[in-house]
Amino acid sequence: MDKQGAVEKLGRWLGNYNAVGVAHTVAVELSKYIIIVLFAIYTWHCFTVFLGRNVERQERIYQRQKKMMFAIHFICSLVLFLNSLEFKILLFYLAQLAFLVFVSRAYPFVYEGMSRTVLNNMLMLLMIGFVMIERLNTAYAVRQMVFAAGICVIGLFIPYMIERFPYFDRFGWFYAIGGLVLLGLVFVIGKEVYGARNWIVIGGFALQPSEFVKIIYVFFAAALLARAADFGNVVKVTVTAAIHVLILVAEKDLGAALIFFVTYLVILYVSSENLLYLLLGLAAGGIASVGAYQLFDHVKVRVAAWQDPWGTIDSQGYQVAQSLFAIGTGGWFGMGLGQGLPGKIPVAESDFIFAAIAEELGVFFAVCVVLVEVSCFVMFVNIALKMTRRFYKLTALGLSVEYIFQTFLTIGGVTKFIPSTGVTLPLVSYGGSSVISTVILFSIIQGMYVLNKEEAEGNDSKARKKQGTRRKSKES
Amino acid sequence: MTVRRERNRVRAGRARNPEKEQQEGAQRLVSRRPQSRDRMREERQEQKNPPAGEEKKRLQRKGNRQIVLVAYCFVAVFLGMIGYLVHFMVQDSGRIINNPYNKRQELLAERVIRGDILSADGKVLAHTSTDGSGKDIRTYPFGRVFCHVVGRNTNSMTGLELAQCFPLLTSHSNPLKQLANEFKGKKNQGDTVVTTLDSRLQQTAYDALGSYKGAVVALEPSTGKILAMVSKPDYDPNTVEADWQRLLEDSGEESALLNRATQGQYPPGSTFKLITAIEYIRENPRSYKEYQYQCGGSAVFQGSSMKCYDGEVHGTVDLQSSLAHSCNTSFANLGTTLNLKGLRNLCNGFLFNQKLPVDFEYNKSQFVLKQGADTGEVIQTAIGQGKTMITPLQNGMVSAAIANKGEMMTPYLVDHIENDEGREIESFNPQSCGKPISKKLARKIKNMMKAVITEGTANSLSSLSYSVAGKTGSAEIDSEGTSHAWFVGFAPAENPRIAVSIVVEGAGTGSQYAVPIAREMFREYLGE
Repeated sequence: MDKQGAVEKLGRWLGNYNAVGVAHTVAVELSKYIIIVLFAIYTWHCFTVFLGRNVERQERIYQRQKKMMFAIHFICSLVLFLNSLEFKILLFYLAQLAFLVFVSRAYPFVYEGMSRTVLNNMLMLLMIGFVMIERLNTAYAVRQMVFAAGICVIGLFIPYMIERFPYFDRFGWFYAIGGLVLLGLVFVIGKEVYGARNWIVIGGFALQPSEFVKIIYVFFAAALLARAADFGNVVKVTVTAAIHVLILVAEKDLGAALIFFVTYLVILYVSSENLLYLLLGLAAGGIASVGAYQLFDHVKVRVAAWQDPWGTIDSQGYQVAQSLFAIGTGGWFGMGLGQGLPGKIPVAESDFIFAAIAEELGVFFAVCVVLVEVSCFVMFVNIALKMTRRFYKLTALGLSVEYIFQTFLTIGGVTKFIPSTGVTLPLVSYGGSSVISTVILFSIIQGMYVLNKEEAEGNDSKARKKQGTRRKSKES
Repeated sequence: MTVRRERNRVRAGRARNPEKEQQEGAQRLVSRRPQSRDRMREERQEQKNPPAGEEKKRLQRKGNRQIVLVAYCFVAVFLGMIGYLVHFMVQDSGRIINNPYNKRQELLAERVIRGDILSADGKVLAHTSTDGSGKDIRTYPFGRVFCHVVGRNTNSMTGLELAQCFPLLTSHSNPLKQLANEFKGKKNQGDTVVTTLDSRLQQTAYDALGSYKGAVVALEPSTGKILAMVSKPDYDPNTVEADWQRLLEDSGEESALLNRATQGQYPPGSTFKLITAIEYIRENPRSYKEYQYQCGGSAVFQGSSMKCYDGEVHGTVDLQSSLAHSCNTSFANLGTTLNLKGLRNLCNGFLFNQKLPVDFEYNKSQFVLKQGADTGEVIQTAIGQGKTMITPLQNGMVSAAIANKGEMMTPYLVDHIENDEGREIESFNPQSCGKPISKKLARKIKNMMKAVITEGTANSLSSLSYSVAGKTGSAEIDSEGTSHAWFVGFAPAENPRIAVSIVVEGAGTGSQYAVPIAREMFREYLGE
């Protein structure tokens, strides 16, 4: 993004050197504030759309939110274009636009009665990710969009799959075995990245199995705990879940281990309705954390970097320190897209993308991102509350906890609220595995919700009828 | 009955309108309590008489209370995190980003011409000009005079250049002008930092210290504004890059790069008697005036001997004349009566052993005397020898606090920041950093400090047209009688406008070497 070079290039074309400089300054400086205002209104709507009961009003708000998203996308892309004056950026913009329009139209069609807030938020977060990754590394952004587009298309079939295959809750132990095998695979063909052995490379593609196991792991816990919450069963399931977590600890993937741990605790608590389990689990987790701190040097390093990044700025504290420099220097309104130095933060496009967003688009914007993520979670919880089938309810809950806890770990780590654990910001961070698994996660929750609603409305399709009677006989 | 009707309505609504379900879900999250009470009532009702078709409802609700609880916990954690982030931005970010590891400074320097640093009287202390090749050059018109306090921009930033790096590299000039500069491909002018420093007073202090090593600090007692801050030996910031190797080697052991005014730790010598006297008055509020001691030039306290300077015999002294004549044996005597915990608390109140709320480099002053220390250490500490260490800045803060009726003001260097056209962007207000002593006590000790000038060791200041309060000190640093000359004090005593703290290394007595410097400064700032 060499601005000077771009200015000279356009100067040669138009013979007017100065106009570009002015246009660029105005665009970058003004756009900063416009984007923040638009996003603030968007976020406000996320939380206020349900205040009234007027369905037409809600529909209007959804449309307005979409318009705001497209406006932000347009402005950001324009600034990115002005930063470099490369036409491929315009082409890429059009591709992204096509993707966003397609998903925003196809999903409500397939997922009838889905939560529109969640859909808008999903697209918004994906879009912010595209823009920020594009600013950092265009090639990465193209990959990210390809992955997102691919999985969104596949996601269109998820409700169909759930519907055709309603025995999802019968394979609890298979999920466990599958998950453990996938997790164990990294010991055989794994690759170490940033100190954690949690990647496998297949045919040139690097995958992070824990991202996918995350989902079947919830299936496993929800399926087995939905059936019976007697003590013997709980012990068996808990031991299996603990093995998952221990494998992740052995891979030094602390973030994933924490996510798996907390998710299981919440599912167990809700399915048993027994607060004692939750408290015991938290106590055990606390003891295990202290133990891990004493045993493993890489845990000590993370904690030391969190306690005092300035004292260790030459070594382990460097990343967190750079992240705080970025957030602090950007200030409330940001440096403007392309005007900061987010490249100084190690892995800015992935785990630390929140700091890059805060630096260039401003802390106000970044706080809105947090609120949009929280809005998704609130909607997910509402969906879980509505579910009738235990399995659906626990799955929706487990997935939403995975989602929000991961968000907490990444944003908390970037802002030095908690020690950094190296997980991605769902939908925004660069990472094929991450974006694919998060879109699947969103689709499953939405799909189950749609299905649940159809069942509740007593749709008399044969398969569903059969399934309904079976459930009744089993559960009564 | 009402409950039932409500439920029917909900179900009817759902059949009509799928969106409504979410609505209610959202509301349930918003107002859980009445809802859950309702639900409990429903459940009770159902247990008594389970109506047909309610089974499904019950199943749907199973675990919902737990889910809502978990959701609240997560939302609370996120609100806490947002609160933390806002706190970080408001409170800490300014200090944190000012770090040499933050390469964004260089980014700003590519777009902004580093702003000027001005004295309070409008003199340019640091200025950036652009040479023919477009390279920025930082010049310091006063050269060595302000070298420590203004600092340098190269060879690891220091002083104001470091503390104000971001403001200097931020431009608040007219947006249209900025646009025009962008238009021409020119850099914008960074903001100007206007300091509290008085260039004439600084020059006077610099000249008065002459070729001695040492430091001078002048404060405005009522605000904490630093009016002057000199440290010697010094260096020329204009040529520091060329001289760097020599300065680092420091073959003459001059430590010219060190700002002695804030970082030099000296034994306070007799200037510490102010604090000893304050503690004595605090412990004996009624009887301190009756204190009497027969000074014979030397005395022995439980096996530890103490003698007055040059063995001078002061005869019968009370507290005021002990201070005025700096009688060591008398202070050793009253030191043995003091509550050491009280003395330590008083010192902590004067910010010994504490972090100072300032944004420039400094060292802590230290007071380490503990309860149960042996008499030898106690009497040495009482007269300002022993292990006590103080920086010139801190000693100035003590005397400024006495001048300001017992209230200590946070010392600061930046008065305000303005843009290139002189429009104020941000200004800094005086802030208190504690009230170590009461107003009454401050007045009592001030009157004794006046006696130091009228009848005691700083008599040469009595010829000025206004009254001065102060205390001299000669801190012995070796057995051969070498001592640092100290003077702390303020003027005019009735309505103090300036407090000074002066240390001249290895020169001799405070009366002879530090007091004349104070005199020059008072004359410059207040007139004859």
